[in-house]
Parts: sequence; structure tokens; C-alpha cells
Amino acid sequence: MEVKEKQLPEYSSKDFSSDQDVRWCPGCGDYTILKQVQNLMPDIGVAKEDIVFVAGIGCSSRFPYYMDTYGIHSIHGRAPAVATGLKIARPELSVWVITGDGDSLSIGGNHLIHALRRNVDLNILLFNNEIYGLTKGQYSPTSPEGMVTKSTPFGSLDHPFNPAALAIGADAGFFARAMDRDPKHMRSIMERAHKHKGTSLVEIYQNCIVFNDGAFESYTDKKLRDDTSIYLEQGEPLIFGKESQFGIRLDGHKPEVVSLSGGFSKDDLWIHDETDHFKAYILSRFFDNNSIEGGFPRPFGVFYDVQKPTYEDQLHSQMNMAVEIRGEGDLDALLAGSETWVVK
Amino acid sequence: MDTKIFEKDDVTIRFAGDSGDGMQLTGSQFTNTTALAGNDLSTLPDFPAEIRAPAGTVAGVSGFQIHFGSKQIYTPGDACDVLVVMNAAALKANLKTLKAGGIIIANVDGFGKRDLSLAKYGPEDDPLKDIQTSGYTLIQLDVTKLTRASLKESGLPPKDVDRCKNMFVLGIIYWLFSRDMDSTVSFIEKKFAKKPEIAAANIKALKDGYTYGNATQLFSERYAVQPAKIEPGTYRNITGNEATVLGVAAATKKSGLNTFFGSYPITPASDILHGLSKLKHYGIKTFQAEDEISAITSAIGASFGGNLALTSSSGAGIALKTEAISLAVILELPLVIINVQRAGPSTGMPTKTEQSDLLQAMYGRAGEAPLVVLAPQSPSDCFDMIYEACRITVEHMIPVFFLSDGYIANGAEPWRFPTTESLRSITKTFAKPREATEEPFLPYLRDDKLVRPWAIPGTPGLEHRVGGLEKQDKTGNISYDPDNHHHMTMVREGKKNVVAENIPLQQIDEGEESGKLLVVGWGSTFGSIKAAVRELASEGHSVSNTHLRYLNPFPKNFGSMLERFDKILVPEINNGQLIKVLRDQFPNINFDGYNRVRGVPFTVSELKDAISQKLND
Ligand code: SF4
Repeated sequence: MEVKEKQLPEYSSKDFSSDQDVRWCPGCGDYTILKQVQNLMPDIGVAKEDIVFVAGIGCSSRFPYYMDTYGIHSIHGRAPAVATGLKIARPELSVWVITGDGDSLSIGGNHLIHALRRNVDLNILLFNNEIYGLTKGQYSPTSPEGMVTKSTPFGSLDHPFNPAALAIGADAGFFARAMDRDPKHMRSIMERAHKHKGTSLVEIYQNCIVFNDGAFESYTDKKLRDDTSIYLEQGEPLIFGKESQFGIRLDGHKPEVVSLSGGFSKDDLWIHDETDHFKAYILSRFFDNNSIEGGFPRPFGVFYDVQKPTYEDQLHSQMNMAVEIRGEGDLDALLAGSETWVVK
Repeated sequence: MDTKIFEKDDVTIRFAGDSGDGMQLTGSQFTNTTALAGNDLSTLPDFPAEIRAPAGTVAGVSGFQIHFGSKQIYTPGDACDVLVVMNAAALKANLKTLKAGGIIIANVDGFGKRDLSLAKYGPEDDPLKDIQTSGYTLIQLDVTKLTRASLKESGLPPKDVDRCKNMFVLGIIYWLFSRDMDSTVSFIEKKFAKKPEIAAANIKALKDGYTYGNATQLFSERYAVQPAKIEPGTYRNITGNEATVLGVAAATKKSGLNTFFGSYPITPASDILHGLSKLKHYGIKTFQAEDEISAITSAIGASFGGNLALTSSSGAGIALKTEAISLAVILELPLVIINVQRAGPSTGMPTKTEQSDLLQAMYGRAGEAPLVVLAPQSPSDCFDMIYEACRITVEHMIPVFFLSDGYIANGAEPWRFPTTESLRSITKTFAKPREATEEPFLPYLRDDKLVRPWAIPGTPGLEHRVGGLEKQDKTGNISYDPDNHHHMTMVREGKKNVVAENIPLQQIDEGEESGKLLVVGWGSTFGSIKAAVRELASEGHSVSNTHLRYLNPFPKNFGSMLERFDKILVPEINNGQLIKVLRDQFPNINFDGYNRVRGVPFTVSELKDAISQKLND
């Protein structure tokens, strides 16, 4: 596909804000995400008319209405499929999928995993708030076991999905995690997702202030997060803790938390490598309930980023190859087929 | 002395054997040869439901029926003149399709003890003997032995030799009907181009079959069927699913659009996916989705992006697409939904035909979600109607249903194919870019046909959002205003009705423009109804028929046509679906139904009976 270089106007984030009133609850984590996306758009080097936001259904899925780009607010769970068709039809567009945990991991789970394995060049922002917000507070596929909600008065029996493990398991080329409470980091992660050619899945911990306030508090609160979260940096050792006193070491393929004051040095630690599929898988298993003493910290940042051929590029090269081999399709020849006869 | 050749107006042959006996291939080869000989024809494959049912059982029997003649042929034939059976199970499953006094060609090698027991004949039964005493002409051959003798020098392993049995039989049939073998010979050469020894064996078996028929004077008479007097022109043979594929390619070309086809495998629609996936050099992208929902929602995404978008399935899969169809209705984007109907409910009888998804197509959605419904009436008509579906969806920005069915999808007939140039043009316009200084773009501002603009991403100044929530008229913004919702509901209905201005008027197919009885049909029943009405009309009865290809909206003149007849009969292969729509739209007219839901097409004779009864009522 030939891409013409466009002369881009000087955009500001305002250019990406539509005239529609934003209707999320005051204090909802969605506001920060919207702001960061609007803030990022002028810098990705894509003309406004070439950007499309596709959403499913749920609180987060109202997102496209607030972006002054092209947008589709589709059906519950189906955004990755709608976006796949759009991207295949128009590979030159920058296509973003906005979805929530109920939308993409429950009703639309099938489309998410298939988008990931096909590797269509989509940027999927998964707003995970561990609850159904729009339908007013039922547990979601990421809610922890035992959670009491409107539909689980005796506690949820469902084991929650681990989106990182799901993505790595589906052979995603890009997975990263961000949080609404760290907008700068989130913006940098979304930029990375944009740069990755292929399906990028970004899980964003998003606070639902009304139905699940504080769900991620222990990872996102500025006072607590140093001890419970770990920020991944390419080529850097895995270190966390208020005083950077802890590290992660690999004992064979088994990770362990070590104290840097207890005989281990930086040189002993696991060095983050975004291109290592095995390490990405181990990282995805850092999913402990943080109330457990000595558990692994929750990783944020890019787990895995490896470029692979995209579905749409391969399809279009098959199409070009078909033209090369057989020539531009001749409709009259096709209509006649291989055997005809004449009736006089 | 040569066997005497008798002229016949029309003949029906049925080939039946085990799934592994190659009966579909034998039938389609006979079909091509017959078409090349200039006969009119109609075919009906009869597949077993299971891919590999146990060999030798009735469940594993595969059949192929062809009706051909020197006159116009509208159906695959009610009953056959010649029945070819490769084993006992094939006889058991098909004897009922043979006319009284008909010819049976039986492969006696398929009538051993084990074959009889697999076909569930009793230990004392001798079905071939029973046939002889029932007035049929029985020709017994040991095809296995004859084929092995024919190919004993081929050097091929016995398994490959036995695979040529069907060609030996085909050779005999070619002799019986005085046919030329060239087309089949070149077909075999092409098919086995990479395995010349297999090609040679098949060709030898074919030719030896022919010679054997001749040398042994197997039959007391041979037949010849003269070319049919059909409209002059260049013809080819085509099945409904093939015609559907070609229609999509034609619409792609004539609209100048790129095409996106999202589909999920399902019987009997999959051949459309297979066919289109080969046409990448025609600008057609096919996408085999993870499920039916993704198949259609990906198509909606592609349509938003400016592609001619289609999805295909059969009834059970269409049910899964329902929510997305209503999304396409409210988005007012072009989308063609192909339903190759099969017998339901649920999984039903996947390889059997039925017309029972009309109401699903008309009404089977949440909310008020009107769309256009079209139905082809024969295999070749699939071309015209899918082309129409593409034209209407693009010109009116409204989803269009295309209701084919298993019978016409797999059935074949000669087709006087059109040229690219002769096809009606398809007018599509994308909305033009806008400057920042212009008035804001209104995605739901309509033209005089109530059509909204197709504003595709990549167009500067048209950035807009669409979605499944109710829209404010003109702006397309979310609206919960009660009056707006009422207005938009009426606009969507009205917009569908406007399509009636852009489709052909309804025609009487057979009989007079007015009279005692009008038979109204739709879809694949066309051939049987037409043949029945034609015969009755020629016998002097006041009966006409009209066949609906545009079902929603109906052609403008349809109501007045109905009023010119005293009685109206509506035959359908369902429990009465079109008749419900007719009663709803024409409450002052009385309609009677004729409904049989057996998974098979109507026979001409049953329709003649039903129509005669109505005439005499
Ligand atoms: S319900 Fe929760 S997620 Fe939804 S808008 Fe309100 S705060 Fe945000």
C-alpha cells in the first residue's frame, strides 16, 4: 500500500476534543485517559482524518464520541472485530480500540484473543476497572474472587482473568500495563503502542469511583505503589521498593524477590528484555494478591514488544501477488468461465 | 446390428452411490457434456449429511439428479427415467425416485451379502430380483470387475483402479444417450495434470465403458435428446453459489469499490467464501472470521471504511449476526447479508433446502430495524440478485438481505451470461472533503431519497462518530428525545420504502395478466411453480404465476396485480411465511397457502395437484 506523505497542520490537543459533553461520573479514571489520548494525538504524526476510534459498549466505550476524529461506537464486545475489518479495508488508517474488562474479556473475549493472534495493526486500550459500571455494579471477569457486588451478594465465585497472561498466551506482539494515576507514564506507553506495528494491547488500571473505588489503590497510590508495583524499563534490572531496596532475580526459570541489602547486588538481578517471550510470560504471572506477604510486585510498563508481520500487510501482499501472477482480474473472462457453448 | 436410437424430449437421470463413489463428479461431468450438447437442464445434488458416514449405509448415499431436454427445463425433475446405483444402499435410498417402468443400472458388485446387510435389507431379501418383477428395466453390471479388467495393464494399485469405476459407468451412460466424451476427457486431463497415469486410467475406463455399452448391446434402445430451443447467445453452466460469487465480482468491478467479504464456514454457504477467496486479483478481500459475529462486524468496519462489504451464512449463523444487522440498520451503512437457507430450526438438516428464514430476514431483529430483502429464483438468478443487492445497498445506504437456499446454491442450469458492459451501473458517491471554514458536516443529513452521505475516514473535514445509540436527525449526535426517536424510526422505514422506486416492476411469468388464480412464489420454487402453471395454462386453465425477487419492499405495482385475480395461492417450502407478510400488507385480499417442509424442492406434479384443487374450489 502506497502511503502518501501528508503535510500535517500544527495540531493541539484541543483539535482532538469533540463538541460533545463528556458524561462520565465526576472523578472517574476515564477522564485522565481521555486527556492523555487527546494530548498524545498531535504528536503521533498522523492526520486527524486518518485516525479512527472504535469502541464496544460500556462506560469506557463512550470514548469515541469525545474524540474529534472518525469513530464508531459499536456493539458490546465486538470492537476488535469491527476494527479488524476497518483496518483490513483501510490499512493506512490509525485504528484505536477502546474497550473495558467486561467488553473485551467477557462478552467479547473471543474477538480479543483472535485479534491478538492475527496481529492486525490495532492499538487496543483496555480500561480495566474490575467492575461493570454502566450496568451499575455487577462483578466483571477481572473482579477478584470473593468480591461482593450487586450480583454476588455472597461473594464472587469466578476466578479472575489475568489479561497479561491471556495476551502473551495468545501470542500478542505487544503487551503493556499502565494506570490512570500515573498519566505521564500512561502517555508514554500509549505512544509505544502506537509505534508498535501489529496488535498492541495496553491494560490500563482505571478507577471506577462509583462502583469499585480504590480497586487498584495499593498499586496506584503514590504512598503505597513503590512497594507493590514495579516499573519495567528495557535493559534495566527489576528493582522496586521505596528505597529501591528490592530486586527480582531469576533462579533458573524461577523468579524470586531478593533484598539488595541482603547479599544480592544489581548484577544478580533479572534484566528486563521486552523481546524475550519467556520472560514476558513469567512477568505475566506476577499477579499475586498484594495482601500476600512476600508476593511479587505488579509490573507496569512494556512486558513484550516484538514486531511480526501484520495480517493486513500479508493479505494485501497476497492480493498484489495475485495481480502479478494472474494480472488484473478480467471480469468478462470470469463470467464466461472455462466452458461455453453458443445457441443459434 | 446397432441399437436403435429414439428421440426424447426430456430425460431425468439420477446417479447414486456411496460418498466415496464419486457420484457428484460423475453427475457434474454428465451435466457439462449435456450443456455443451445444447440441452436445457437443471440439476440437484443430494449430499449425505455426514462427511464420512459409514461406507455402504443408507446414510452415506450421495446422489446427483439431472433433468435435461430439448424443451425448456425448469426443475431437476420430479422422478427419474434412469437410476444408476452403485450399491444396495443407493438403491434403497433412491428407488422411490424412479418412474414406473424406468431403467435401473446396478453395479452388482455392490449387492453382496455385506452390502445388503449394511443397507439394512433382510437376509432373505433380493432387491434386484424384486425390481425385475416390478416392471422396471434392470441392467446388471459388475462395474468393479469390468473396471479392473479395463485397467489391468495400467500398473496402478487396486485402490486407484477402483476409483475409476464411476468413469466406466459414465462411459456407458454417454453411449446410452449418444454423447460426446471430449469435454470429460479434457476435464480429466486437467484435473490429473500432475498424475498422468491416473488421468490415463480414468480416460481409459470412460472410453471402455462407452465401448462396452456399444459392444454388448447392453440396452435394447438408445436415446438422443436434441438441442433445446432456448434464447440464442453464449451459455455456460452455473450453480447458485458460483453465480453469487460472480455477481459479487461484477458489482466490485462496476461500482469501482474494493470489496470486503467477512464469513465463517457453514453449510451450504461456504462455497461462496471459497469462490471469492480465489478472486484476490479482482480487488476482493476475504476474511474468515473467528465466528459469525466477527464475520459481520468486520464487514461493518470495512463498510465504514468505504468498502463494498458483505457477509454470508445460513439461518443458524444469521441468528448470531442479528445484533450486528441492527447496528448496520441504525448506522445506515451499506452491507449485504447472504443467507443460503437450509432446513431448520437450530442445526436442522444442514444439507437440505428450505425457505424458512424469510420472517427472520424481514423482522428478526431488536427494535424497528427495516431493511431490504431480495431472493434469487434460480441458480443463475443468484448473479442478478446479488448484483442488485450490492447496487441497492450502495445507492441507498441500507443493509440488504439476499436469501438464497441450499437447492439453488448447489443446483445448476445453463446461463446466458452477460458482458461487463451490459450490466446496470452502480452509482456510489463518497462525501467530499470540507474546509474548516465551511458549515460543520452533518452525517445524517439526507438527500431526496432519504439517503445519508457515505463519509469515509481519510476525508478531511468529515470527522464524525456513529454508533448504535439513537441519533439526532441530521447531526447524528446521541439523542434520547422522544419525538426524534419516533421521527427516526419512521425515516428508516420510509427510506427502505423508497427503494421501490429503484427496482423493476413485478411481472406475470406465465399465463394471463388477470384471471381466476394467481400463484405467487418467491425464491427457489420458481422452476416448479412455473412448470406446473405452464402445463395447466396450456391445458386451458385460467391460472397465472408471478414470482417475487424483491420482497421488501415489494415492487410498486404488486398490489394492483394481486387485485386482478379471483384467488391467490402461495406455495412455500415453510409453514407459511410470505403469506403472513402478504396478509399484513394486503389485508383485504384473501391468500391461501400450500406448504410442505420436507427439505426437498416441490415436485411439479404435487404443485399441479395443489393448483388444480384451488382452481376447482
Ligand atoms: S460508573 Fe464508574 S467507570 Fe463508569 S463512568 Fe462512573 S466512575 Fe467511571
